[in-house]
Amino acid sequence: MSPALIAVLPFIGALLPGLLIRSGRDIAAISSATATFVALLGLCLHIPAIMAGEVVTARFDWLPSLGLNANFRIDGLGLLFGILILGIGLLIIAYARYYLSREDPAGVFYTYLMLFQGAMLGIVLSDNILLLLIFWELTSLSSFLLIGYWKHLPEGRQGARMALTVTGMGGLAMIAGMLILGNIAGSFDITDILASREAIQTSPYYLPALLLILLGAFTKSAQFPFHFWLPHAMAAPTPVSAYLHSATMVKAGLFLMARLWPVLSGTPEWFYIVATTGLITMVLAAWIAIFRDDLKSLLAFSTVSHLGLITMLLGFGTEAAAVAAMFHIVNHATFKAALFMTAGIIDHEAGTRSIARLGGLRRLMPVTFVIGTVAALSMAGIPPLNGFLSKEAMLEQATHAVWQGNPWLVAAMATLGALFSVCYSLRFVWQVFFGPERNDYPHKPHDPGFGLWSAPALLAVLVVLIGLFPGSMADWLVEASASAVTGSAQHPHLALWHGLNLPLALSAVALAGGVGLLALNRPLLAARAAIAWPDAKAIFDAITRAATCAAGFFTDRLTNGSMSRALAAFALTVVLCGLWAFSTGGYQGATRPMLPVQPVPLVGWAALMVATCCMVAFHRRRILALVLVGIIGLMVSVSFIYLSAPDLALTQISVEVVTVVLLLLALNFLPKFTVIESRDRKRGVDAFIATLTGLGFGALAYAIMRSDFAFSPISEYMLANSYKLGGGDNVVNVILVDFRGYDTFGEITVLGIAALTIFALTETLLAGASGRRLRNWVHGSRRAGDRHPLMLVVVTRLILPVSLVVGLYIFLRGHNMPGGGFVAGLVVSVALVSQYMASGFAWAQERQKINYHALIGAGVIAAGLTGIGAWFAGLPFLSSTYGYVKLPGLEEFELASAMGFDLGVFLCVMGAVMLALNSLSRIARQAGETVNLDPMDIDPSREARR
Amino acid sequence: MELLLSSAIGMLTAAGVYLILRRRSFAVVLGMTMLSYAINLFLFSTGRLVVNAPPILRDGATAYTDPLPQALVLTAIVISFGMTAVVVMMALGAFLEGGDDRVDMPRADRLPADSLSGNRMSGDGDA
Repeated sequence: MSPALIAVLPFIGALLPGLLIRSGRDIAAISSATATFVALLGLCLHIPAIMAGEVVTARFDWLPSLGLNANFRIDGLGLLFGILILGIGLLIIAYARYYLSREDPAGVFYTYLMLFQGAMLGIVLSDNILLLLIFWELTSLSSFLLIGYWKHLPEGRQGARMALTVTGMGGLAMIAGMLILGNIAGSFDITDILASREAIQTSPYYLPALLLILLGAFTKSAQFPFHFWLPHAMAAPTPVSAYLHSATMVKAGLFLMARLWPVLSGTPEWFYIVATTGLITMVLAAWIAIFRDDLKSLLAFSTVSHLGLITMLLGFGTEAAAVAAMFHIVNHATFKAALFMTAGIIDHEAGTRSIARLGGLRRLMPVTFVIGTVAALSMAGIPPLNGFLSKEAMLEQATHAVWQGNPWLVAAMATLGALFSVCYSLRFVWQVFFGPERNDYPHKPHDPGFGLWSAPALLAVLVVLIGLFPGSMADWLVEASASAVTGSAQHPHLALWHGLNLPLALSAVALAGGVGLLALNRPLLAARAAIAWPDAKAIFDAITRAATCAAGFFTDRLTNGSMSRALAAFALTVVLCGLWAFSTGGYQGATRPMLPVQPVPLVGWAALMVATCCMVAFHRRRILALVLVGIIGLMVSVSFIYLSAPDLALTQISVEVVTVVLLLLALNFLPKFTVIESRDRKRGVDAFIATLTGLGFGALAYAIMRSDFAFSPISEYMLANSYKLGGGDNVVNVILVDFRGYDTFGEITVLGIAALTIFALTETLLAGASGRRLRNWVHGSRRAGDRHPLMLVVVTRLILPVSLVVGLYIFLRGHNMPGGGFVAGLVVSVALVSQYMASGFAWAQERQKINYHALIGAGVIAAGLTGIGAWFAGLPFLSSTYGYVKLPGLEEFELASAMGFDLGVFLCVMGAVMLALNSLSRIARQAGETVNLDPMDIDPSREARR
Repeated sequence: MELLLSSAIGMLTAAGVYLILRRRSFAVVLGMTMLSYAINLFLFSTGRLVVNAPPILRDGATAYTDPLPQALVLTAIVISFGMTAVVVMMALGAFLEGGDDRVDMPRADRLPADSLSGNRMSGDGDA
């Protein structure tokens, strides 16, 4: 099975429970499990090839220009993690089926879980670091959803937020680090990066890249000082905790360190940063775990501690240590998942996870007792369980590590960590299962059904089997993954018994010390409680609160609710940025000659300037201002004509008409005059800012127009190929419907959305308080006596067919002459709007039943279908073709597929314009606009008929 | 000619900026319309000014003006209509709902200066 398909399967699995959301827990679990199982099967089919040392790949170019390729690979490391993710995923799915109660929305849960599984699988199967980053962020997001699954619990929400903040922040740092890494290596493909160790380690950017990537890995894997989010994430349902914190999410950081181990490790920086962080985390978290009362919290800190252990092993940078790290990843996943599930069972059946309220469960829950004890003893590193083997290997490696010339420091600290680990593991067993039975459990504890304990039992069996027969159970997987990590063939030869050696002695010390510490548990607890330890959550909250306050402080200073103030700041910033850019940009001076000034443009210019000045002076008289807008728009259109842009002139002038109509309609319900509110001083300041902006923008335009093109414009290609490729003479139209068709497709979609927004706003207004206000509307201004004048009605009726023909003509000729869908849509809209104006909205509406929503939709669909049509010819989306058609009775004419696209533009523009105006008219109707039954108020023919 | 066009752009910009700094929604809408003109003309002018050479292929024509800025401006004109329409609708809605057409938040609703340093948490407040 292709690695890409394996990576996609969980996402398909995520769809099913969402679609079958009403069908209950069984269906959701079965559909998720099926997808997971198929993916696992596909992965396992590759085992023989991978054991033979091959790397299975699947490559798809996604955005090759950015170096982003959807490349997937399965090597030993990916295989190990893939088996963990899917295998434990399968067990979690089964476990969660029985863990979730009937009230929990199971479809939602399984969708989140499968999303998360897909994201994790994507990380470990990616062969491109940009792709890996995408999946990495996806794990942060989906784990946020999972941790906060019980939305009603405040701890759940806070824990989810904290996890997202910490891992998301690390993810951002990692993006930067990965980009640096990819830049040094010259490729974002992991295969290429792994091959450029020399270049990376000698680069001056090695350290920044390393630090940034490690920041991402350490936050994800909860390494000190970012360890605090993990225990708070325990507010999640237990299946989530078991999945995220044994096999997947927190191991992503480890995976990344292992993945990049060949190129990043082996330097002193790597050793001191990674090994030291791992060591500190291991000891510190194990120490804290001894004192936790909540079972899941204890397990969470022990997870942090074991992650530190693996990080330390990776940090040593030796091949043997990498082998030990891989082995411990397998072992930790098995016993920790079993332990989390055990904690979940205890919580489920006894009603509490608090150690202080438990004890004596040995006889009440014998099955759980056996499973939990086996797993916990493995965590403690007691032979012959699998935790013992990898702990021995770890201690062995620790004795070889030299820290700042000190040969025993690491070994001593590692032993201390192991000692604490023995203590909390035994405490878990001792204080939960042993001791006297109590009579105050929240529920009467008993073993759960087979469904709930089967998954942890299977893991416990694995714990024992790997411990007893490591050579046959785990050798192959560790060999494959360690070979992939180190880049050279490894033969681990895992065995239970290595003879009497130093690590065994250290193990014995740890075991004895741990038991001793457990005996001192109660006085220690009391002593620890007496000291005020810094609470990581309080610190985190204080930091986030400070950051929020600082952001709020600046935001409130910048924008205090006054829009003019914010806009003034914006305008000034733009001017200053422009000035700065201009002064540092190396302007060459004017190189193009000026065009001579003809008298006619001079007149137009003068009209424009005067109208603009009047506009500012008289903007308070709003209707007058609208007239001036019309003049200005007209002058702008004229200048387009003069400056060789007939298409723009046509569009501008038709848009002008609908804009003015729209504003007039709106003005019907707005005050007709603006009162003077601002003090002279504010107006002076505003005028100053406005002048400054105007001068800057004008000067910039002048500078651009007077200088030559810095690069030869791409338009030459369009001019040369407009006819050849697009089949049209009007290059602007060919650009719109062909060369840049994608842009236009986006534009008409946006226009459609804008119109629908207007419609929705109108609906909301009419339904709410405004609707009531409108029903009682009293029109302030005097109404015209003859509101539907004879002349207007007759003229608009006469020009309607003419306008429609003109619109059609403009549309048809658009490909070769000025015109096209945009202009045609506007012209037809204007023709229709004039009917509305002449005889009133309701009258006109009764006589034409066009659904404008459908028009917009049809437009977008027509444009989209034309684009898709190109696929059938094997061409990319929106490639156009053209040919010549001869119909009887007509001359031969050209037919371009772009015309279908232009038709979409036409429909969408027309629908959007009409829907916007229509919405405003509906407001007028609500305000008691009378509905006229006749087309005009005074109709001589009607008088005559009487 | 360049001088005429750039002074017109400057003038339209100045008028537009002055109007969007006003306190009533209608003036702001007018200002945005002015700014749209200015920006469309500016975008258009980046293709440099050419007279009598529309980008429509003809036999015997030797020079054409740059069609690309024209295509960009054409869609910009239509989109600016859409934007104006939405803004007008919002202004109208605000006027009908709120009873006046001021664009600024009423002073009473603004944050008093002394509460800025207090604890204002985002999120659902249980953090």
